[in-house]
Amino acid sequence: MAVSLKVNGAVHSVPAQPDTPLLYVLRNDLELNGAKFGCGLAQCGACTVLVDGRPVRSCVTEVGSLGQSEITTLEGLGTAAKPHPLQQAFIDEQAAQCGYCINGMIMSAKALLDQNPHATAAQVREGLAGNLCRCGTHGRIIRAVLKASHTTGRI
Amino acid sequence: MNAHISRRDFAVGLGGIVVAFTLAPKLATGQQPAALPGSLNGNRMLDAWVRIAADGSATVCTGKVELGQGIVTALAQIAAEELDLPLARLRMISGDTEKTPNEGITSGSQSIENGGVALRLAGAEVRAILIDLAAKRLGVEASGLTVADGVISAADGRKVTYGELARDADLHREVTAKAKPKSPSAHRIVGKSIARFDIPAKVTGGVAFVQDLRLPGMLHGRVVRPPNYGAKLEAIDEAKIKAMPGVVAVVRDGSFLGVIAEREEQAIRASMALGQAARWAAGPPLPDQASLYDHLLSLPDEPHVISEKQAAAPDGARVMEATYHKPYMCHGAIGPSCAVAQFKDGKMTVWTHSQGVFPLRGNLVTALKLPPDKVHCIHAEGSGCYGHNGADDVALDAALLARAAPGGRPVRLQWMRGDEFGWEPFGPAMVMKTKAAIGADGRIVDWNYDVWTNTHSTRPGPGGNNLLASWYLNEPQKPAPPQILPQPAGGGDRNALPLYDFPRQRVVHHFIKEMPLRVSALRTLGAYANVFAIESFLDELALAAGADPVAFRLAHLRDPRGRAVIEAVAKKAKWAPGEKGGGGKGRGVGFAKYKNLATYVAVIADIEVDAASGKVSVPRAWAAADSGLIINPDGLANQIEGGIIQSTSWTLLEEVKFDRNGIKSRDWLTYPILTMPEAPTVEVELINRPEAPSLGAGEASQGPMVAAIANAFAAATGKRMRELPLTPERVRAVMRG
Repeated sequence: MAVSLKVNGAVHSVPAQPDTPLLYVLRNDLELNGAKFGCGLAQCGACTVLVDGRPVRSCVTEVGSLGQSEITTLEGLGTAAKPHPLQQAFIDEQAAQCGYCINGMIMSAKALLDQNPHATAAQVREGLAGNLCRCGTHGRIIRAVLKASHTTGRI
Repeated sequence: MNAHISRRDFAVGLGGIVVAFTLAPKLATGQQPAALPGSLNGNRMLDAWVRIAADGSATVCTGKVELGQGIVTALAQIAAEELDLPLARLRMISGDTEKTPNEGITSGSQSIENGGVALRLAGAEVRAILIDLAAKRLGVEASGLTVADGVISAADGRKVTYGELARDADLHREVTAKAKPKSPSAHRIVGKSIARFDIPAKVTGGVAFVQDLRLPGMLHGRVVRPPNYGAKLEAIDEAKIKAMPGVVAVVRDGSFLGVIAEREEQAIRASMALGQAARWAAGPPLPDQASLYDHLLSLPDEPHVISEKQAAAPDGARVMEATYHKPYMCHGAIGPSCAVAQFKDGKMTVWTHSQGVFPLRGNLVTALKLPPDKVHCIHAEGSGCYGHNGADDVALDAALLARAAPGGRPVRLQWMRGDEFGWEPFGPAMVMKTKAAIGADGRIVDWNYDVWTNTHSTRPGPGGNNLLASWYLNEPQKPAPPQILPQPAGGGDRNALPLYDFPRQRVVHHFIKEMPLRVSALRTLGAYANVFAIESFLDELALAAGADPVAFRLAHLRDPRGRAVIEAVAKKAKWAPGEKGGGGKGRGVGFAKYKNLATYVAVIADIEVDAASGKVSVPRAWAAADSGLIINPDGLANQIEGGIIQSTSWTLLEEVKFDRNGIKSRDWLTYPILTMPEAPTVEVELINRPEAPSLGAGEASQGPMVAAIANAFAAATGKRMRELPLTPERVRAVMRG
């Protein structure tokens, strides 16, 4: 059994059952580290990827349900050498402690800013409400997203 | 693991390169050597810490590990500063039982204090050795040489590089700790907000975590835990599971049960099927959560008087007392614990996010019955841990599965969410009773404080096996007996001694050995609850004395650095003496010097209480912190901010739920934590004291923050919350009462 997927602009055929959660295919077949296993229950957001621009919890999204959708992962935004403005803003603000949640924060923020490029602090907070951070890096994450959105304002 | 992590580094580690240097010198005389500062004392060879390569770069080894606190960057700053090398020419190796010094556990906010001191002195000594060599080679006095970026220059312009001297530099010698480190005024790297090495990979999908490790031929494992503590596996029909797609092996040893499969989702499906097929005999029942604190007080305890100050018994003083409660709390890492293990040619290699690779190795050796040199533990970062979570346990789980893997294939095992919540050792529940007297002058004249709790560390170590799976093997191993952690740092009694100057006081730690729930070190140990109780009660006394809370604290505190952080935060938050809260809005203050040994923090928090729903929100907080000489200001601020937000989550929401049959908090719905819209905006002021030693800061702000919230609640409502967390139900009950 093989499933075809379009990830970060390239089509891949992977030897997975259609009911396999996308997360394991991304991590283990495509060797993409961005999306993380956090809960497997769509509660924490660490596994967030974009499917046709919408934020999706890859831990509960079956690969067989995706058809020809465009899947974008953290790796699809930029690289350490050439980071996306959101990634650069997270580096500039040192917006991580352990960093395990950061994939989800950046991917949810990407979806938010694509819809609302000048999001306010309150909108950023709401946009990231489904992404849990345990280290208490919330303020820096909000600042990084605001920086990337070219919005200034108090958080 | 290398701070500059790459897949190639993992592969190098896999090859098991053994660096042949001894970590401890042989003592021909048999005499005890003189004590050396910090972690040098247990790791006395200079080349165990710093080595210089022919290209002029330095390899710096630390036994402390990155937990998301930025420590590897901060330690590199210290080493680079003393070595006079740019950071880019340092290669950091941390937490490897075959490559780095044994610095025990990365915990207790001690990495800068012990590991940092070691690297400062080792770095200074290596630099001095290189300068002496340069002086000989150039035929000049050492005092006339200058060093910049690994190049030593004479006054006449001749130069020699560290790389050119590397071959002649004998660093395989005992540290003298005599080389003088730089004075803070000469610092160029220490004191700067150097960007953390690990963040670029974390924001771009690089290999950053043990979870990201992929070894050739790697299999995936999952474990099936019993329904509750002490349950025994009675029967399991493995045949059906073994026939499932991709299943390589079902591993059973007594009541330890796991499965290995080719693909991760296959291992998960097989473990779910295993769980359904297993028949267990339940373990003993847990206490009734509704009467938990009475139950704790009913258990036998060992009272330790940790402070007793006698003075004349006060006359006519007003006596007040109160009891405070803190529940069991989870570490709640966002990423469940994970390890990769490989058993090949009789040797077990484990990649682990343990806080202590050496103590872990000790317990793995016991569990696996292998010689110590046949177990190699290599640190790789995990999700933030905040203390002793499942990191060590999953390492043994992975090793047990790897032992059963065919052909020495490595096994990657990540716990499922429910495994982490259900089986991690929780931060212990605590009961604090306070009784004090205020004299006619409004000062505290008598102070009594009693705290009841379990041990606050059951980490791997000597005296037994503290790894979860070892207790469930066919030949079960025994955990080490619970140990009291001695003062002055303390365990459950950490920060039970107030820093205030009371003429008469008695502080007693009631150590309860019986542990109804599995417990161990959660960030701050007892300090969070003790500071909550002490600082709450101080406000109760201030109210009774008609005093302003900030002024009342200052009136009882002589320590100038403590006073300075309280005054600084009051100024920053524009604290108005005598200002009354009300109408559901209020502000409060909290203060502590962590462990009474480390960073000073004072916090002011503003809160809002919705009387109808009982919901408490904390929109803003301010902090002032004094950590002595600051190594990395932004890293320090990140720790203080993080502690404040994490403490807000603990304080408003967190409590492990259980019933007689087991742990009921199994996911983020049954153990909710603070979300992005709920996080307070935090402003931190750092007080740098270059002349004072650097102090640990990773756990310094949680205690002051819970106190600030509780005190702000009282200001906002006129009611006192003495039981954590401040959930809507509990708030409504207090508001009614």
